[in-house]
Amino acid sequence: MTYIAKPKLHHPTLLKNKAGYTRRDYDGAISTLCAGCGHDSISATIVQACFELDILPHQVAKLSGIGCSSKAPTYFLGGSHGFNTVHGRMPSVMTGANLANRDLIYLGVSGDGDSASIGFGQFAHVMRRGVNMTYIVMNNGVYGLTKGQFSATADRGSVSKKGVANSDSSIDMVSVAILMGATFVGRSFSGDKQQLVPLIKAAIQHRGAAFLDVISPCVAFNNHPGSTKSYDYVREHNEAVNRVDFIESKAEITTEYAPGALQEVAQHDGSILRLRKLDESYDPSNKGEALARVQQAEAAGEVLTGLLYVEPMPKDLHANLNTVDAPLNTLNAPDLCPGQAALDKLNASLR
Amino acid sequence: MKPTDIGNPDYFHKVVDCQWACPAHTPVPEYIRLIAHGRFSDAYMINWKSNVFPGILGRTCDRPCEPACRRTRVEDETMVKGKREPVAICRLKRVAADYKDDDILGRMPKAPAKNGKHIACVGGGPASLTVARDLAVLGYEITIYDQDPKLGGFIRTQIPHFRLPESVIDEEVGYITGIGNVNFVHKRIDSLKAVLAENYDAVFVGSGAPRGRELDVPGRKEAAANIHIGIDWLSSVSFGHISKVGKRVIVLGGGNTAMDCCRTARRLGGEDVKVIVRSGFEEMKASPWEKEDAMHEDIPIINFLVPKEVKHENGKIKGVLFEKVKAEYDAKGRRNLVPTGEPDPFYECDDVLVAIGQENAFPWIEKDAGVEFDKWGMPVVDEKTFGSTHPKVFFGGDAAFGPKNIIWAAAHGHEAAISIHALCSGGAVGLRPAPGVNIVSQKMGIHEWSYDNDISVVSRFKVPHRKKEEALKDIMAEVELGFDPDLAWKEAQRCLNCDVQTVFTDNLCIECDACVDICPMDCITFTANGDEKELRGRLNAPALNATQDLYVSGPLKTHRIMVKDEDVCLHCGLCAERCPTGAWDMRKYYVEMTHAEHACQTR
Repeated sequence: MTYIAKPKLHHPTLLKNKAGYTRRDYDGAISTLCAGCGHDSISATIVQACFELDILPHQVAKLSGIGCSSKAPTYFLGGSHGFNTVHGRMPSVMTGANLANRDLIYLGVSGDGDSASIGFGQFAHVMRRGVNMTYIVMNNGVYGLTKGQFSATADRGSVSKKGVANSDSSIDMVSVAILMGATFVGRSFSGDKQQLVPLIKAAIQHRGAAFLDVISPCVAFNNHPGSTKSYDYVREHNEAVNRVDFIESKAEITTEYAPGALQEVAQHDGSILRLRKLDESYDPSNKGEALARVQQAEAAGEVLTGLLYVEPMPKDLHANLNTVDAPLNTLNAPDLCPGQAALDKLNASLR
Repeated sequence: MKPTDIGNPDYFHKVVDCQWACPAHTPVPEYIRLIAHGRFSDAYMINWKSNVFPGILGRTCDRPCEPACRRTRVEDETMVKGKREPVAICRLKRVAADYKDDDILGRMPKAPAKNGKHIACVGGGPASLTVARDLAVLGYEITIYDQDPKLGGFIRTQIPHFRLPESVIDEEVGYITGIGNVNFVHKRIDSLKAVLAENYDAVFVGSGAPRGRELDVPGRKEAAANIHIGIDWLSSVSFGHISKVGKRVIVLGGGNTAMDCCRTARRLGGEDVKVIVRSGFEEMKASPWEKEDAMHEDIPIINFLVPKEVKHENGKIKGVLFEKVKAEYDAKGRRNLVPTGEPDPFYECDDVLVAIGQENAFPWIEKDAGVEFDKWGMPVVDEKTFGSTHPKVFFGGDAAFGPKNIIWAAAHGHEAAISIHALCSGGAVGLRPAPGVNIVSQKMGIHEWSYDNDISVVSRFKVPHRKKEEALKDIMAEVELGFDPDLAWKEAQRCLNCDVQTVFTDNLCIECDACVDICPMDCITFTANGDEKELRGRLNAPALNATQDLYVSGPLKTHRIMVKDEDVCLHCGLCAERCPTGAWDMRKYYVEMTHAEHACQTR
């Protein structure tokens, strides 16, 4: 860990966004994760995305479970709401919070242990229910806090730091999320902010269950030859299918990728999700094809990244339940108790 | 861009802005750290080696280091609750001098056995004293000539004692004469040829710029009794020949001598003292703090007035008539002072002090002595070796290139001493020795450094001053009281330790971005290579200060390069703390100029 707090001084040209905050205002406490942890890069990416979206920090709730990844919310958005839940139970708490106050932006931050092992069931159900959230799994393939045992997402055949090969089949979080009904599913890499920042921005703006599987190398226990979640391996095998150019009405950003055809996906709120195709044959709006391509890539040893599946007109939990527009936690006694006359009427209708 | 060559001693030296800006290249952050540790004697000795007069300079230096201080580029006014200001480097130097141990004399070098060479120094000011010190420790015998009864030159004669107590001069001159083999001869030199005839192995001319510029207006001669040339007047005050002045005094000129004149006048009976300057306030040559100190002593500074005539009656001065001017700039940006046409203001006075500049004067150097002069009457001096056209004659201080400051004189003295030593030991005079460089990792533990890397976010501390009423009563009472150790510690915390360098080893980097994410100043970028101008524009934060280098690595695994903008780096070490592979390391870069003592003459 680091012994000093990050100095408050900043670059003289540091800008403020429309909400009146600088990027530094979205920082959290200084990270206590290992130096070089991919999770810290993802934290920085979330900070950048929230800054660019002009989000008011107090309108965000960040929820997490247990693990290295779940410690991470302390290290970004220091002015936002936070909840460290029981191991693997973050999806339930987030579902409840979302039901109580639909107006907040929900950011679920979890890891491969928290979501693919102890919380696997919860993970499946939060996707099924279509909770309006951005669910990020910081996926490093090992249990870092307990010194590097394989997690459920470690690829079969990949080798541990001690030299033992993994004999179990891995859980592919992207495939599970698509199968379970998530309406925005992407994969990225902590070492590629160019790709990850727009993906997170798009996920936050998606009105439904958005899931991002972000491969985040564990420098201490899973960044060695033989690992399939190391910086080097992911860089060598990264196959990006598209690039998100998600900007509401601003000029489009220039990309470092070779230009390809544009695909525009109209969103629920009238905004346009603009995708720059890097793989002409990939269509992220086709669920079956997306699943097939993800599986084929895995078989070929490729790490397919980008926005892999998106349902342009998603229905979220509140739409499914037909709740009122106002957050439930703002409803007061007169709203909730229609009075004797209404009760009498209801009773009469049942007699 | 090509990868940065950090093997070049100048690269990291430039990052230490204060040290790079100092003419003598004093290792500033190192001595500030020592002050923070209470190691005042060690801090003093670092200064003494480098600039020879720590106690004197700690009170009087014109501080070229301070405008260069990185602090002025990184402070946030709202955060520090004050202006962006440099570390009080100069006044911290004084702390080292004030609080050093009493037995500092024991650390001073002693002259070894004589080497049989004899050097003459003409003028007993800082340049000559530096030459004397650098050569005496090598066994040279030095003879210093000066027209004044004590050594010190300008330091002693023209800096008022309320700014620089004489005891400090005596002490620091004493450290040099105390080395041994340094002889002082109280004698005005009237002939260079006569000096050369005495068969010295080399002659160093450190005779300063001893002539105050004359005021050339009608009435000057008639009222001569009450018109004084500033530097001569200050010298007379210093030696006790003058002890009072009229109640109404006009000081002409806008430099530091003018500030010394007006403040001295306030202490010798001047009640209504004014400084009247041709130029605007901002363009005045005086250091900002000296102007502040003068104004604090109720001395108004009146600008844009050019003296036109001295009014007098029966040989007695009445006052000075001025012409009002304004500044106009031509197409080339040169300033012209043109009359505004307004009525000429008249200021009454009893005395006028003229401090409108100083000139070099070498009436004592014969035309056929072998020393060439240029058309402005200045000796032709080599800017590196300080040699003249006479192989045995060297110049330094104000005598070499006109009026500058003490710190420049010390820097010149070091270089001239190297040349003289080369001359006397059969080496090539033109060769300069490389600086001594020592670069050591500051890593103590996983996240622990041997320097205090936490950044202090406070504004500059003010040096306590004596109460004005008391200060004005006694011309010997020092106005500045200096930092006490407690304040000095607080001020020392503001230093960013710019000499603790961020050193990057490209083949260790795994491009995890940890350094980029943690850097509070957004200094670090991993990106595709390009040419410098284009690269500066597309970094994580634009690198707008072209005077500060970009630190560029060789190609990394992804074929990108690491680019670090040195401009606003806080040297907090967080990049190195967050680096999992030690690709970043914080290394203290101690660069020390080589003086004659260690010069191997082989660069």
